Amino acid sequence: MPGTFAVFAKRDCPTCELVAPVMGALAARDPAFKVYSQDDPAFPEQVATVEDDRELEAAFRHRIDIVPTLIRFEDGVEVARTEGWDAAEWRRITGIADLGDGLPALRPGCGSKSALPGVAEYLQVRFGDSGIRARRVEFGDYDDEVEVCFERGWTDGLPVVPPTDVRVLCMLQGTTRKPDEVVGLIPPNLAPCTVEKVAINAVMAGCKPEYMPVVLASIEAALEPEFTLHGLLATTYFSSPIIIVNGPVARRIGMNCGLNALGQGNRANATIGRALQLIVRNVGGGRPGEADRATLGGPGKYTFCFAEDESDAGWQPLSVARGFAPGVSTVTLFQGDGVQGFVDQRSRAPDELARSLAMGLNAIGHPKMALSQRAVLVLSPEHYAIFAEAGWDRARIEQELQAATEREGDDLVAGAHGVGEGMPAGMAGQKVPKFNPGGLMIVRAGGPAGLFSAILPGWIAGRNHLELQPVTKEIKP
Amino acid sequence: MKSPQWMRDPTPETAPLKRARLAPPPSLEGRTVGLFDIGKTRTKEFLDRVEFRLRERNIRTYRCGKPTNAKVATPENLQKIAEEVDVVLIGLSD
Repeated sequence: MPGTFAVFAKRDCPTCELVAPVMGALAARDPAFKVYSQDDPAFPEQVATVEDDRELEAAFRHRIDIVPTLIRFEDGVEVARTEGWDAAEWRRITGIADLGDGLPALRPGCGSKSALPGVAEYLQVRFGDSGIRARRVEFGDYDDEVEVCFERGWTDGLPVVPPTDVRVLCMLQGTTRKPDEVVGLIPPNLAPCTVEKVAINAVMAGCKPEYMPVVLASIEAALEPEFTLHGLLATTYFSSPIIIVNGPVARRIGMNCGLNALGQGNRANATIGRALQLIVRNVGGGRPGEADRATLGGPGKYTFCFAEDESDAGWQPLSVARGFAPGVSTVTLFQGDGVQGFVDQRSRAPDELARSLAMGLNAIGHPKMALSQRAVLVLSPEHYAIFAEAGWDRARIEQELQAATEREGDDLVAGAHGVGEGMPAGMAGQKVPKFNPGGLMIVRAGGPAGLFSAILPGWIAGRNHLELQPVTKEIKP
Repeated sequence: MKSPQWMRDPTPETAPLKRARLAPPPSLEGRTVGLFDIGKTRTKEFLDRVEFRLRERNIRTYRCGKPTNAKVATPENLQKIAEEVDVVLIGLSD
């Protein structure tokens, strides 16, 4: 036999069991022949000395994906390998014409234990170079790593998942982007944020690797100048980024757009929004009481992310309304507050419901304020059905709500109705719209029962309505 | 014993790994100074003297401590002290 041979195998593999006599035959001919057993050093019984590879180091170093794998070495260098049992290949590689006589010609192998999800990353950290460049923060034998994260100020007040090497490596598998690529400069400190730092914070937020593209797109959207992330962080107002996800990615990663879509309980919704907030905190240095000057803040500052319900073919998704092709996955970031509930259980005609919704929309910020805020209206299925049955599409609903939210300036000026807050006196005698053009975005979400919708009021800021805008970005791998 | 453990830093790594102490207040005026007796011999004499000097400067003091230097202060004890004082001086003595 030319060269030396090694077989990687495990007892828990029927094909390895099948070729056990073959391994015995190879051992009898070649004293240098080695079998690396991944689960039982007594397997195969036909070989006197089996290499115990339960730690999987040899499998890692030889990049074994399938067992059995036969490798031929010459002068210590691999020159040929075959996976599974392919009698012709084993005979060609070993040069033994009758090897495995009596066995079937072909049997596929099983997965190597070293290739199991999570194990590959573990082995990379243990036996190889993880490639992670972020510095290590060591902790003692008896330290609780979750408490270490709290003590270092890395959390939003809730426990985070400790960013160990294995978890960070797994998270980086969720994107094709290189770990050292800089995504942008995160305010307020304008600190460079690499894909690796995103992954570390995504681990801490509780994300799964497949959420990484959504997190990355959210960061890119938040860093567009018109999103004004620094100001949004620093504001005394309630607002923070709200992430709305459109397109096939939402179903692919299991996001919630139905029952309780704006609430708790869905991992993707909860952790994608949280990852963005943790990145602002940990990379950008944006912490409450420091750059974050919110008077009261709101629960949305922990996380606020949901998907749009695109199940109705007659409804134009938000992403399409904002210029992206159908079927393209996007994130839309909006500077908004928590949920203002809206109830109307009696209006049955679309114009009735539009007037009713206008009352709720006019209340955001202050009922006497206008042209100073955007809003997102989250239409529930039952409210949407009233519009849809009348043939109202997105454009018609927006148009009707824009008209219905227009009011008499006399009612809005400062001092009117005995209330100091209000619009400049010069607006008396005019019709005043609540929203600037494009200032109201509509999305569909929610469970099937309930004549309720949600209003997400926007941030009150900017000298004009174009100074800060929602931003939509395509989600790329 | 567990093997060496570490996590990866989620920050831009502009701050040193070893955390800095909180900066001392610029002045003690208007603040309450806790005088913490760790339970070692003659700590009381030392803290009595410090208290005398602080009161000369009209600075409020609050005496606190733990029963023995052999045991760490309980969280309840530390929380109670945090409610009462702005800064703490820990008396070692010996």
